[in-house]
Amino acid sequence: MEKRRLWFWIFLALALILVVMGLASGEFNTVWLKAKTVCLECIGIG
Amino acid sequence: MVTEKKRRLVQLLSALGLNPDFLSLLRGEINQGKSKGVCVPALNCYSCPAAIGACPVGSLQNSLSSLRYNLASGQKKFGLYVIGSIGLMGSVGGRLACGWLCPFGFLQELLYRLPGPKIQLSQKLNFLRYVFLFIFVLFLPLFLVDSLGLGAPWFCKIICPAGTLEAGVILAAVNPAIRSQLGWLFAWKTLVLIIFLVLMVLSQRPFCRLVCPLGTILGWFNRLSAFRMKVDLEACLRCDACQRVCPVNIKIYENPDSSQCIRCLKCEKVCPVSCIGHDWEVLRPGKKQPALVQK
Repeated sequence: MEKRRLWFWIFLALALILVVMGLASGEFNTVWLKAKTVCLECIGIG
Repeated sequence: MVTEKKRRLVQLLSALGLNPDFLSLLRGEINQGKSKGVCVPALNCYSCPAAIGACPVGSLQNSLSSLRYNLASGQKKFGLYVIGSIGLMGSVGGRLACGWLCPFGFLQELLYRLPGPKIQLSQKLNFLRYVFLFIFVLFLPLFLVDSLGLGAPWFCKIICPAGTLEAGVILAAVNPAIRSQLGWLFAWKTLVLIIFLVLMVLSQRPFCRLVCPLGTILGWFNRLSAFRMKVDLEACLRCDACQRVCPVNIKIYENPDSSQCIRCLKCEKVCPVSCIGHDWEVLRPGKKQPALVQK
């Protein structure tokens, strides 16, 4: 198998595993909670 | 339809698709839908009132800035979801999202079309994007923490002009409560924004080339992503027509997998011998062809 193809599948699989592990530990909610409230730092207040 | 028109249309649809909530914008609030838990493949501030997704750079800093607190309080939240999401974007397209989906990249291209003197940024300045990534996105949020172990998203806080434009300026304009709280930090961020807006008129994609942490990370994936650029070196004339139209000023024939390449495909169109191409060949089993095609 071409090296590039191999690395692509390795990284894709790794990324998917990380996403699933993150979802399992409730990180989707963490991101959502941050994103749904006004980020004071982003707008230059905090 | 020619590629450049198609790309413009995709960029426009992406900007609208990532920021469609105009009702929240009119109300001076920000969208609170569940979709905001999804990291979008672009530098698009989640505090933009109309945004319906999460900025991966902001989310990454948020994860890192609360990592110590989470560890101390026994919460198993390590930012894996955000890191994995960025990894997915990179694995599929590398910096393809920069050239086709990013609203801030689109804005830079529009401003560069304005008449006026044009300058070419030196390649020597490209190291700056690593400084911004490692210091402001990774190091400071992780290590500059308070007694509880909580840090701050330093890149968002003192650098990001996308946040200032998409969130700060808009929210300050439509929300009197926010407007009344603005101080020196907003003044600083507005100054940074103005500097970049001027640079955008003078030079091609200055933010992407000098600062963007997301583009820097996605650039590392250009070497292995499913989407790839290809150059037929046997046919290439080395006329540098590709470099003259390239928004990031690279010679694609020297390295089709360059971490700076945003895969806008402008070089394909101008090549006089059509030796530049692209492919999703990693996804096609059995088909093998190197990025640099030598007969």
